[in-house]
Amino acid sequence: MNTTVRRLLYLGILVLYLLHNDLWLWDDPRIVLGLPIGLLYHIGFCLAATGLMILLVNYAWPSELDAEDEEQAA
Amino acid sequence: MTTIIILCYLGLVLCIGVLSNRFFRGTGEDYFVASRSIGPFLLLMSLFGTNMTAFAILGASGEAYHTGIGVFALMPSGAALIIPTIFFFIGTRVWALGKRHNLLTQVQYFRRRWDSDGLGLLLFVVMIALLIPYLLIGVMGGGITLAQVTKGQIPQWAGGMLVCLVVLAYVSFGGMRGTAWANAFQTLVFMILGGVTFFVIVDKLGGLDNALAQVAAAHPELLIKGDNISPIKLLTYTCIPLSVGMFPHLFTHWLTAKSARTFRWPLMFYPLCIAIVWIPSVLLGIFGSIDFPGLRGAAANSVLVKMIDLHAPGALAGLLAAGVFAAIMSSLDSQVLSISNMFTQDVVRHYRKGDELSEKAQVLWGRLFVIAIFAVTYVLSLVSARSIFTLAVWSFTGFAALFPVVVAALFWKRSTKYGAFASVLTVAALWCYFFFQGWKIPGYTVGMTGVMPVVVILAASVVAMIVCSLLTKPPAKVTVDKFF
Repeated sequence: MNTTVRRLLYLGILVLYLLHNDLWLWDDPRIVLGLPIGLLYHIGFCLAATGLMILLVNYAWPSELDAEDEEQAA
Repeated sequence: MTTIIILCYLGLVLCIGVLSNRFFRGTGEDYFVASRSIGPFLLLMSLFGTNMTAFAILGASGEAYHTGIGVFALMPSGAALIIPTIFFFIGTRVWALGKRHNLLTQVQYFRRRWDSDGLGLLLFVVMIALLIPYLLIGVMGGGITLAQVTKGQIPQWAGGMLVCLVVLAYVSFGGMRGTAWANAFQTLVFMILGGVTFFVIVDKLGGLDNALAQVAAAHPELLIKGDNISPIKLLTYTCIPLSVGMFPHLFTHWLTAKSARTFRWPLMFYPLCIAIVWIPSVLLGIFGSIDFPGLRGAAANSVLVKMIDLHAPGALAGLLAAGVFAAIMSSLDSQVLSISNMFTQDVVRHYRKGDELSEKAQVLWGRLFVIAIFAVTYVLSLVSARSIFTLAVWSFTGFAALFPVVVAALFWKRSTKYGAFASVLTVAALWCYFFFQGWKIPGYTVGMTGVMPVVVILAASVVAMIVCSLLTKPPAKVTVDKFF
């Protein structure tokens, strides 16, 4: 289960990387929520990156590093 | 009034650095990596503050003035994903190896990982050469800001010197602990004051809707990516943040972490911090086209300071300018300390004949190098006239292209010192080639196709690493076992 979740999250990084290229908004001049849509999209992208990092920290953390640290401390 | 506020701010930062000296343990490890004792909040603030330079504050607004909202997509948005990912996969592992092998510099790691003195020396030279333009950004940014805010009463040369002297003092006194404390304070200052600047100026422009409407009427091309940025440029620009994997100053900050878990905060909150700083910078740069049309090239780097001066003169201008100073100094300190660390550990200590360098002597050498580096950088800043954004991009290009070296060191047991040599030399040769092709051309891309030079150099660096490693004898098992 852990390995599957970890792989899915790594895949999430790749998907998010691809979504960074917002070709569909390239020449769109609309103002949405008070901001140009091309800018708003990338602000949303930053929030999505935050969400993905929270998931990585909680579900794909390299726990072997913690173990090594505890061993050294002991 | 403005000048007094800025001087008070600089005095406050100085006090923080000097206060940290009371916790100084008198060892080289404490001076250069704070005895690996930095907690999550300080690590987040110091990693973020170090990475946000005059480039983010002045360079971003200057670039947004010319190219519009696309700047946000180009730089911070990609970095918000790529930089924490590098912290996750590389930073945490570097920290663990640093603790296990008592590493203090990046060069020490690569030298031991591939058991090669020559490789260590080559990397040392290449990384110092690439860091110099990055240092210049800070000193030039400080000079420009002070000259603008004081309407030329304090000339650019004096502003640059003031920044150098203040940072020199607190880095010398406080070492890495002083740097981390000052970084955390300054990062909070520029994040808060950046927001205040934004709301004050937008309010003076009649609100966000009104400001955007004015831009839409006069410069509609700034509110879309349009022809200002090509899709291929947006795609290839995402290679630039890979530079974070090879920055010596970030490598040193990784080593300061108290434990692997300390990285959790920087990982989770780094993207948010990026958005908080860059959104006001980019929007204010765009709004600068309303009040100050017709700025050309590097002149646009001062658009933010001009707007502060126009819309928020007096005490507020002093506070806001202090925010710009905070961003500048929080990077300059870590960069100078890391170079001083490299000179002390990788040159003086490593090549010294006879007795091991004492802890006290390491600190002394470190302080002497801090002074020497500031002197050289300051002199160079007086003769350089490049755009802050352009200088930064060339520096980032070199470090990003070296990224395969750290990846191979950490994840590829079969990589050899010859592969690493080939990779670094390829980067050096191609970087020089593209730099001389494009340094006079604003927005230069390979053959003006939209492809950033970093992509070509990075690809060549990967190929060189793989081919030369596979063609040469595998590294000794005993060496590999130490690092895997």
